[in-house]
Amino acid sequence: MDLIGYGAFFLTTALIFAIISLGLNLQWGLTGLFNVGVAGFVAIGAYTSALMTTPDDPARFGGFGLPILIGWAGAMAVAGIAAAVTGFATLRLRSDYLAITTFGVSVVVQLVALNAQKLTGGAFGVGFIPRPFAGLAETPLLFNLSNLAIVAVVTLLAWLALEHLSRSPWGRVLKALREDERAAISLGKSARFYRVQAFAVGGALMGLAGAVQAHFTGFIAPDNYAPMLTFQVWVMLIVGGSGSNLGAVVGSVLVWAIWAGSGALTATLFPPEQQARAASLQIVAIGVMLCVILLFRPNGLFGNLTYRRRFGLKARKPS
Amino acid sequence: MGGMANVASTDRPAQGSSVLGARNVVRHFGGLYAVNDVSFDVRKGEILGLIGPNGAGKTTMFDLLAGSIAPSSGEIVLNGVAVSGEPAHRRIGRGLGRTFQIPRPLANLSLVENVMLAEQGQAGERLLANFLQPFRVAAQERAAEEKAMDLLDLVSLSRLAHEPARVLSGGQRKLLELARVMMADPAIILLDEPAAGVNATLLEVIIDRIREINQRGVTFLLIEHNIDMVSRLCHRVLVMAAGQLICEGTAAEVARDPRVIEAYLGGAAQPGDAT
Repeated sequence: MDLIGYGAFFLTTALIFAIISLGLNLQWGLTGLFNVGVAGFVAIGAYTSALMTTPDDPARFGGFGLPILIGWAGAMAVAGIAAAVTGFATLRLRSDYLAITTFGVSVVVQLVALNAQKLTGGAFGVGFIPRPFAGLAETPLLFNLSNLAIVAVVTLLAWLALEHLSRSPWGRVLKALREDERAAISLGKSARFYRVQAFAVGGALMGLAGAVQAHFTGFIAPDNYAPMLTFQVWVMLIVGGSGSNLGAVVGSVLVWAIWAGSGALTATLFPPEQQARAASLQIVAIGVMLCVILLFRPNGLFGNLTYRRRFGLKARKPS
Repeated sequence: MGGMANVASTDRPAQGSSVLGARNVVRHFGGLYAVNDVSFDVRKGEILGLIGPNGAGKTTMFDLLAGSIAPSSGEIVLNGVAVSGEPAHRRIGRGLGRTFQIPRPLANLSLVENVMLAEQGQAGERLLANFLQPFRVAAQERAAEEKAMDLLDLVSLSRLAHEPARVLSGGQRKLLELARVMMADPAIILLDEPAAGVNATLLEVIIDRIREINQRGVTFLLIEHNIDMVSRLCHRVLVMAAGQLICEGTAAEVARDPRVIEAYLGGAAQPGDAT
C-alpha cells in the first residue's frame, strides 16, 4: 500500500514536470525559442493561484479565497501575459541573447518572490494553499491517488491540445519559422506574431503546472523556483526528444525517476552529515544519463518521430 | 552574353498596366550606393528580365521589391499601392511572391506541407480557430491539400509529395519553390536566378513551367545570368550596372547596346562581341 501511495506521489510530481516540459516543447521543440527562464513562469503561476485561492491574510496581499479552478485559470492567464510581454520585448534577439534575457527574467521573479514580502510572503512563502480532495488527507493513499487522477487529466488535456496544435496549420507555421524564418516570412507569416503566441502559450502551461504543484503541496516558497528547476525541465525535454510531446512526457517521468531514485540512494548510502554534499550526486546522475542517451539517441528518445498529417487526404498515387 | 542576338525573344504581350513599380529607389549601405535612383515598371502579363554583371545591385533591388530591406529613399508600388513601409510578410497577401537564389525549402516538412504553408488566409493559422472552428479548419486544410497536390503535379513533384523536402536535388528545390509561391495565387512572381545550379534537363522543365504559369496570367520578374534562358523567356529586359539602370529593351536589343557591352566587358570590346 505504501508503495502504491509513493508511486502515485512520484507520478503526480513527474506529470507536473511533464506539463512544464510540454510548454517548453512548444517554445523550443516546435518554434525554436530558447527559454532559460522556465522557473520564473512556473513561479508566476504558482504565486498567482496561491494568492487567488488562499484565505485572506492581513500580513500580505490577498488571499481572495476563490475556487481552485479559478486560481488555475488565473495562473495560466498571468503567466501567459508575462510570457507574452517577455516575448514581445525580446523576440528580436538572437537565440543566445534570448536565453540570457529569459534567465534574467527568471532571476528577477525569484528575487521579487523573496523580497516582496507584502505580495508573496517573502522567504516564508505562502502556506495554507487549498488542496483538491483535502477531505481525504486522513487516508494518504486515497489522497495521493485522487491527486494523481487530477494531474493526469490536466496532463492529458494539455498533451491533446498541443498535439492538435502541432499538427494544425498554426503548428505548421511555427515549424516553418523554426526551420527558415526568411522563407516563412516570404510566404506571408509574421515571425514576431507567431513567436509571441508560442511563447505565451508555453508560458501559460508552465504557469498552470506551477499552480497545480502549489495546490498539490499546499505550500510554496521562493527556493522552489531556483534555476535548478529550469535545468531539470530542459534535461527532461532533451532526454525525451525535443519536438515530440510524447517525448516531453516520457522524458519527464524518466528523469524524475532518476532524480528521485538517486536522491533515495544517496540518503541510504551516506551518513546524515554528508547528505548535503551527496545531494550533488543527483546532478551527476542526471548528467551521466543525459550523456548516455545523447550518445545512443542524439535526438532524444522520441525526437525522430515526425508528425503525421491529420486533416489531409490519403496519399495520392504517383501521376 | 553569347547567343543573345541569335535567339528570338518571346512575342511581346500587349502593353499592360503596372503590377509592380520602382520610383526613384535608392538604397545605400553607408557610403556604398547598391541601388541608385532606379525607376521601372513591371507590366501585367509580361516576363521581365533583370540582368547585369556581378555587383550591379540586382539582388538588392530584388530584396527592396520583396520587402526584405527598405529603400533609403524612393517608393515601391505594388498594384497601385505604395508598400515601402510595410513588413515583408504582407507582400504576398498583396499578390507578390518570390523565390530565392539559393532555394529555401523547409527541409523537414514534406513537399505538400511546404506548398500548403503558402496558402493565404487559412483559419487554422489562428490559434483559437483550431479549437473553436475545427470543421472549418479541416475543410480548408483538405482544400489546400488538393490545391497543393495539383501544383506539385504542375512541377512534376507529386510523386514525392509526402517526402521531406531535404531529399530534393537543387533543381527540384527550385521547382518546389515555384509551386509553393504559386499556392498564394500571386499576381507577380520574383524569380531569383531560377537556372543557377540546375542541370540542362531540369532547366527545360523550369522554363516550360514558367511559360505555362505566365500564360495563366501571372507576371514574372526574373534575375538571371543564363542569357539563353532570358532571351527565350523574357518579353523585355532591364540591365543594371553599378546600382543604376543603364538599358532597356528586348534581349536582342540590349545585347547590341554598347553600354551593356561596356558594363559586362569593361569597354574593351566592340558591339559585335556581345553576340
